[in-house]
Amino acid sequence: MFAYIIKRLLYAVPIALAVTLVAFLLVHIAPGDALNAIAPADAPAETIAALKAAYGLDRPLPVQYGLWLGRALQGDLGASIATGRSVTSEVMAAVGNTLSLAGVAAIIGVLAGCVLGGIAGYRHGGWVDRIATFISVIGVSVPHYWLGLVLTIVFSITLGWLPAMGAGPEGGWFLDGAHLPYIVLPALTMAVVPMGILTRTVRAVVVDILAQDFVQALRAKGLGNRRIFRHVAKNAAPTVLAVAGLQLGYLMGGSILIETVFAWPGTGFLLNTAIFQRDLPLLQGTLLVLCLFFVLLNLLVDIAQPFIDPRMRRT
Amino acid sequence: MSKPLLSVRDLNVRFHGERNASALNGVSFDLAEGEVLGLLGESGSGKSVTLRTLLKLHPPARTSMSGQIRVGDTDVMALQGRALEQYRGGMVSMVFQDPGLAFDPLYTVGEQIVETIRAHERIDADTARARALELMERVQIPQARRRLDAYPFEMSGGMRQRAMIALALACRPRLLLADEPTTALDATVQIQVLLLLRELQRELGMSVIFVTHDIGAAVEVSDRLAVMYGGRIVEEGSVADVVQRPAHPYTAGLLASTVVDVPRDQALPAIPGAPPDLAALPPGCAFAPRCAHASAQCREQVPALQAMAGDERHRAACWHALLQPAHA
Repeated sequence: MFAYIIKRLLYAVPIALAVTLVAFLLVHIAPGDALNAIAPADAPAETIAALKAAYGLDRPLPVQYGLWLGRALQGDLGASIATGRSVTSEVMAAVGNTLSLAGVAAIIGVLAGCVLGGIAGYRHGGWVDRIATFISVIGVSVPHYWLGLVLTIVFSITLGWLPAMGAGPEGGWFLDGAHLPYIVLPALTMAVVPMGILTRTVRAVVVDILAQDFVQALRAKGLGNRRIFRHVAKNAAPTVLAVAGLQLGYLMGGSILIETVFAWPGTGFLLNTAIFQRDLPLLQGTLLVLCLFFVLLNLLVDIAQPFIDPRMRRT
Repeated sequence: MSKPLLSVRDLNVRFHGERNASALNGVSFDLAEGEVLGLLGESGSGKSVTLRTLLKLHPPARTSMSGQIRVGDTDVMALQGRALEQYRGGMVSMVFQDPGLAFDPLYTVGEQIVETIRAHERIDADTARARALELMERVQIPQARRRLDAYPFEMSGGMRQRAMIALALACRPRLLLADEPTTALDATVQIQVLLLLRELQRELGMSVIFVTHDIGAAVEVSDRLAVMYGGRIVEEGSVADVVQRPAHPYTAGLLASTVVDVPRDQALPAIPGAPPDLAALPPGCAFAPRCAHASAQCREQVPALQAMAGDERHRAACWHALLQPAHA
């Protein structure tokens, strides 16, 4: 068990390194020059060269990568070209906002998915199952920026119940009275996809487990439905956990459209800004942090699995 | 004969779905206290369905059942909810075919035995655990204390089946249903498990229904045999009667197809044709299409079980029984 955790931690190191390399290179492969954004189009060649030297862009790529990685390891992701502010603090503020949004959305999505999928699995083939499957298909296929716009029109503009934009006033806890109304619409919009995916996953897993011999054996030894449900839930947990972890990872980075629709100051919003301003350090830093989050989530899920399933404790 | 422990009368089970299958068609039999009944037949003959019906394990939404099942004074067909849960695993329990699939893989064997005990009796976890240990020792699992904390996947097939038997005996059932308990095991382990079952049955004085398609195994442990075909019992009687003087052509065919004393270069005797389609049973005897003795009557009317001459308890359902009926 202990050996498994150590091994899994060690696996994460090369993955994280590969992630830094990709985050660094992707930005350099992309067309467009960062200096176009800050230097005037008719700037003299000497100015351009001086700027390049100032940002270290004149050195060979491997050297640039090495220097960037070295500083990144110390928590310094450089300064934003557009604003001159520290990328680390910009990214961390955005990550905090996105984490609260993605966290709330994931909880809603996973809970709704487990309930819908569980009921559908238990009643599979019946009309409840068909309704749940229909809802999950809608959830997965509806464009969520469109859903966000519709929700805004209904609840903010027509009914005037909830704010349409932003994350609320500065300071304070993100779920307090002043902030809660701001998170409702974006979180609901964001929860729809993981809800659909979780519904399908949970349904399939539950149907599969209920068809296994041991469930009939549990019934044969006189257990009631509630106790049998506990066995089913525990057997479904490893798969559901893995899928839920992936979904939270996607939510952390995949929310550009939703954050833009709701002007939510998170990582998606920041990425959007960085791309349009060709702000290389900001883009690299945001990508890096998001990817590391993904690696971390997968790591946590992998470490949690053997606590549930004893067969995975053997490595 | 005194009042039987188990009495089954005219049991019918139909499964609904894309195809409707008549799995059991008027099954009736009795089982005395402490008696071992071997239930023989091919796949799909209704052996396992009979056992599952005795515990009412079929999904209610897709099954219709009729007939009567009594265990002691309990009317099993009328049992519902809590009373049904107490009956399952309490008065009647079951050993499944594949012990590798019949345990929940995420709990230790000990936890699963304790869970069963505590579902039926109000006792604390320590007492239940002590009893689980006692059971594990009783089914001759070596290092029982250590194995109590083992997960099913950490045990061999034979060990798992012993643990399954321990679990089935946890609440001292009066009737044990064994659904091909040795089919999934290695040949050497099969014999050990059979001997263990017989020993426990004698020691505890329980009644056992032993489902198998292995005639050798059935003869080894049973007092009486019942042969099933197409969801009906076609012959029943003492082991000696059924094996030495089969009255039903199907029983005779089944006995002839066991591989004993067949010279090397000779084709193995087999019953021609395939088992009947339970969704489309013929109006008469289900075995008629494969039977060398079949007549027009066989194809039109289902024969009832009738006593054979010589032994009132040796009964067969055949218009052309190989023995003289008692009341011709």
